[in-house]
Amino acid sequence: MEEQRENIETDICVVGAGPVGLFAVFEAGLLKMRCQLIDALPQVGGQLSEIYPHKPIYDIPGYPQILGQELVDRLMEQIAPFRPGFTLGERVETINRNDDGSLTLMTNEHSTINCKVLVIAGGLGCFEPRKPAIDGLTEFEGKGVAYLVRNPEVFRDRNVVLAGGGDSALDWTIFLADIAAKVTLVHRGDTFRGAPDSAEKVFALAKGGKIDLLLQAHVSALHGDGRLQELSILTPQSPVARIAADHFIPLFGLTPKLGPIAEWGLAITQSAIPVKPEDYSTNLDAVYAIGDINTYPGKLKLILCGFHEAALAMQSAFKYIYPAEKLNFKYTTVYGINTF
Amino acid sequence: MNADGSQEPLEVPVNINLSLMEVLRAGGYPIAGTCGGIALCATCAVDILSGNEQLSPAGDQELDMLDLLPQSTSATRLGCQLRLRPEMDGMVFRITPAG
Ligand SMILES: Cc1cc2nc3c(=O)[nH]c(=O)nc-3n(C[C@H](O)[C@H](O)[C@H](O)COP(=O)(O)OP(=O)(O)OC[C@H]3O[C@@H](n4cnc5c(N)ncnc54)[C@H](O)[C@@H]3O)c2cc1C
Ligand code: FES
Repeated sequence: MEEQRENIETDICVVGAGPVGLFAVFEAGLLKMRCQLIDALPQVGGQLSEIYPHKPIYDIPGYPQILGQELVDRLMEQIAPFRPGFTLGERVETINRNDDGSLTLMTNEHSTINCKVLVIAGGLGCFEPRKPAIDGLTEFEGKGVAYLVRNPEVFRDRNVVLAGGGDSALDWTIFLADIAAKVTLVHRGDTFRGAPDSAEKVFALAKGGKIDLLLQAHVSALHGDGRLQELSILTPQSPVARIAADHFIPLFGLTPKLGPIAEWGLAITQSAIPVKPEDYSTNLDAVYAIGDINTYPGKLKLILCGFHEAALAMQSAFKYIYPAEKLNFKYTTVYGINTF
Repeated sequence: MNADGSQEPLEVPVNINLSLMEVLRAGGYPIAGTCGGIALCATCAVDILSGNEQLSPAGDQELDMLDLLPQSTSATRLGCQLRLRPEMDGMVFRITPAG
């Protein structure tokens, strides 16, 4: 049997910790509903943290200008009193309906979350590593191929090949140079436009013989017997050279893919989930979709609109969970923020 | 050019001041353009199959993003950074699969 990481019971499970998922936790918290947030990325913030942390945003009420990451930090501060649970770095793969109408979600890391209401705030979908078209790449996933460095110790005294020319390729090359037995960086260009300081360090490491730097080169195939052993490399000098490798780490950034959400029995049109504009409920009972992932007449993919959707969806979720209780709507200025 | 190698002509008025990404997206082609055209996401990449010499060279920000595309070559560009111009008439391109 596969190892199960966590087993969580909660009122509301929010899939997607982008700005809209984070704000849904606040709206749920005001109504005293407990939330668990899950995101495939190791950090919260969705597109803001992943694509544009340093870009100013001008259309958040009350902030004439705020940086993407700053808004995420503020949202985290705003929801802290409600102490939501976080399952980060795990992708929700399946949802199942239980006899009592509740839902059980399972992640790729075998965590399970039981909830009364599911809120899908999945934005553009999961950010997944860009995978180069290399023969044998997927075959060796988990057997030598990794798309991110979770625990650098895995690479201690091993022979590691990295590919890519962005900041993370440079940063990990520098970091692993001190840990691995041998580090090779393969880059398609002959210059790096990542942080100039990191690029200089990489060139200095190569000059000093600490790493091998293969420029204008491409990894074309992976070989091994059950585990990765060798890579084929194309360079202008040699059409195919084989080099030994225990690990191959292609670092080409992330790209959003709808992913498992498409398999959950939701009606999906053009990669978006159609919802009822009055409460953003989907075709499935107790399942809401808010933010960039949903669609309805007049939909605007803006953070502001996602916040509004979160508020209405959480009011509706309260009525679903507590049908007998009257939702006595008051402004937060009247209620204050009552935490758990 | 389509995935199967067939070519499909794309006719666009030249004075609309749109980028190649915007025109393709409006035409229903599978190009994401996640960041809306500000060279932050690299999901709008195209491979220029002919006519590359007609284009002005990529700027630093565009080159940074192209570095993130595993399959990119010297003929890969970001569709959002290519404003449609009369000189681009006859250009042949393909949406980069990993874009
Ligand atoms: C460059 C750029 C600039 C922008 N500027 C503005 C602006 O100025 N103003 C504005 O209002 N909007 C702007 N936007 C749009 C704004 O970023 C989005 O509307 C907003 O991020 C949507 O938030 P969200 O929470 O719905 O989704 P996202 O931010 O996309 O977050 C969704 C999260 O869900 C996770 N996820 C998806 N599926 C799963 C799964 N199965 N399991 C686990 N996790 C999953 C993803 O990993 C992701 O972190 C901009 C967008 C871009 C790209
Ligand atoms: S649309 Fe994002 S880089 Fe072109």
